[in-house]
Amino acid sequence: MGNLIENLKKEIVRNFKLENIRWEEIDTDAPLFVEGLGLDSIDALELMVILEKNYGVKITSSEEGKKIMYSIKTIAEYLHENKKDDL
Amino acid sequence: MNVNITSYCSIKKNQVYLNGKIHLAIAGEVPFKQFTNQLYKTLNMDYPKFFKLDNLCKLALLTTEFLGINENITNPERTKIGVIVSNSVSSLDTDYNFNESIKERKNYFPSPAIFVYSLPNILIGEICIRHKITGENAFFISKEFNPKIFCNYVNTLFLSQRVHGCIIGWVDLYKDNYESFIILAQHKKYSNEKNIFEENTLLKLYKGE
Amino acid sequence: MHNAYVIADNIISPLGFSTTDNYNNLLKSLSGIKLVDDQKIYPAPFYSSIICSDEIEFHFDRLNAPGIYTRLEKLIILSIKDAVQKTKIDAGNEETLIVISTTKGNIDLINTIDDNIEKKRLFLWSLAEQIKYYFNSVNIPVVISNACISGVLALIYASRLIENSVYKNVIVTGADIISEFVVSGFHSFHSISEAPCKPFDINRTGLSLGEGCGTIILSGDRNLSNEAGMISFCGGAVSNDANHISGPSRTGDGLFYAIKNTMEEMRNYQVNSIDYISAHGTATLYNDESEALAISSAGLENIPVNSLKGYWGHTLGAAGIIESVAAIQCLRNNILPGTLGFEKHGVSKSINIIKQSVKKEINSFIKTASGFGGCNAAIAFVKQ
Repeated sequence: MGNLIENLKKEIVRNFKLENIRWEEIDTDAPLFVEGLGLDSIDALELMVILEKNYGVKITSSEEGKKIMYSIKTIAEYLHENKKDDL
Repeated sequence: MNVNITSYCSIKKNQVYLNGKIHLAIAGEVPFKQFTNQLYKTLNMDYPKFFKLDNLCKLALLTTEFLGINENITNPERTKIGVIVSNSVSSLDTDYNFNESIKERKNYFPSPAIFVYSLPNILIGEICIRHKITGENAFFISKEFNPKIFCNYVNTLFLSQRVHGCIIGWVDLYKDNYESFIILAQHKKYSNEKNIFEENTLLKLYKGE
Repeated sequence: MHNAYVIADNIISPLGFSTTDNYNNLLKSLSGIKLVDDQKIYPAPFYSSIICSDEIEFHFDRLNAPGIYTRLEKLIILSIKDAVQKTKIDAGNEETLIVISTTKGNIDLINTIDDNIEKKRLFLWSLAEQIKYYFNSVNIPVVISNACISGVLALIYASRLIENSVYKNVIVTGADIISEFVVSGFHSFHSISEAPCKPFDINRTGLSLGEGCGTIILSGDRNLSNEAGMISFCGGAVSNDANHISGPSRTGDGLFYAIKNTMEEMRNYQVNSIDYISAHGTATLYNDESEALAISSAGLENIPVNSLKGYWGHTLGAAGIIESVAAIQCLRNNILPGTLGFEKHGVSKSINIIKQSVKKEINSFIKTASGFGGCNAAIAFVKQ
């Protein structure tokens, strides 16, 4: 799971153009949206696309999305349970 | 007409001109991303959102930043500042990027972060957010910079006191070709610069004459 | 200073190729929104309002136009022609300007390989050149591309040019087509409803996209119209939320300012009351709520308001024009169509939403619009 968490942090820094932060600095448990990294609603939608593209998991509702994408940790846990094995 | 041009900025070919004089230049053929990152640092912008913008919006925001909005707009009513911009390519640079995310059904992942920039007036939105401007705004498309399209319209906004200041210009970007020319015009109550806001003057300043 | 009079208009949509056909179908509660299953546009079926291509070809072929035109250009030409023939104006002379409102123009060309149409038609100035070429215009058409407020903005722009005698006549046309590009983009925002859209309804789940073209010809000379009943521009305003580029302001402040400034300007025309509001009402959760807040803040909670998105879908660059034409028909006929799709009140303010069509004597209306980039616009017309 450590590898998954590291990959997620790198993807977030790269995809959301977080120039001021290095992936190592991201707190695994901190909220991603509003507070913490301060990602916004478009970032949430984009993250859903990234998770589907890179891990094959499709999040269909925004309520479900809010819980799953709360922090790097919650995303990693969800992916660990749901991602397609060939990815 | 009682409207003057307080300041104006042009950016093209790795050079920044401010009020008709060269202000900044980066030697050699530097890619747009590197050039704009350099300008961002020089301006001390402290605006992390900048890095999420598409290239067209980056060009617009940087050009406007050089105008010195906070220093030069003396009337604090931001509801009465207008933003009127035009270009020739609309948002085609970003449109092609978005198209990459949809053109192959086997790799079909439409990107909302790119799609959100697939309209030319988004750059007006970004300027307004950055400078807290809430007044009149409009985006025009023309083959070349053509102040005739909007000069009359802008004059009616000043005459009716709908605006006391207006950011007006041209921001064009398609792949490696980019060019911007933005002016800050204000009612003469707030600006005593010598350049008068009218069609021929705008064209002269745009051409660097 | 001249007044800017409405001397003719046209709508082209799945509900017809004339204003009359469209308005009559509105009163019959017909909708152009259907379930569309076209893999070339989107991998799954979706609700949308799309014009039958054969119908477009049928109408356009009758013109025997030399040259090759895109789907969008055909709609624009047909719409302008229909409107112009109801007037005494020359569409191409130096006194007349064409203003084109569109968000994405010929974006359907982005993936197609068509030997007959150059890729440069993706440029909106090239689209304008085609229209100039067809009508043999002296003046280069002006293109306004400002998201979903383009149509309302174009009408405001045109009205001010006429009032200041820059041109005698301005043909304002707004058009957008359904394309893979736009449909996939809106789907990526999760803003497309899985059922036909329900503006202001408690169960609304998003918008339905549509395509179409609307034209309004404004003139400083009211005698250039073949039709009776003088309707003229009496105020307009544009604003920006300065908050978020794709979500409307949660307070509705930006649209409120646009409405407020329009109402102030209306007093200069001695128009002191607003009898009807044609809202933007896209049926997304946030737009309709934000719009209700704006209408309420302006003190217009009791004024009958509807959204016409349930009939045509959201036609983007065409919306402001098509919906203004419908509102002008309301001024002429004193019948207000119901908000198709609306059943139960679903916004926090008790604005007066028209559910079924209703007969009402009206003399003035405000048309509102909001769009990506945080822009808002409002325009008012009065019947003299």
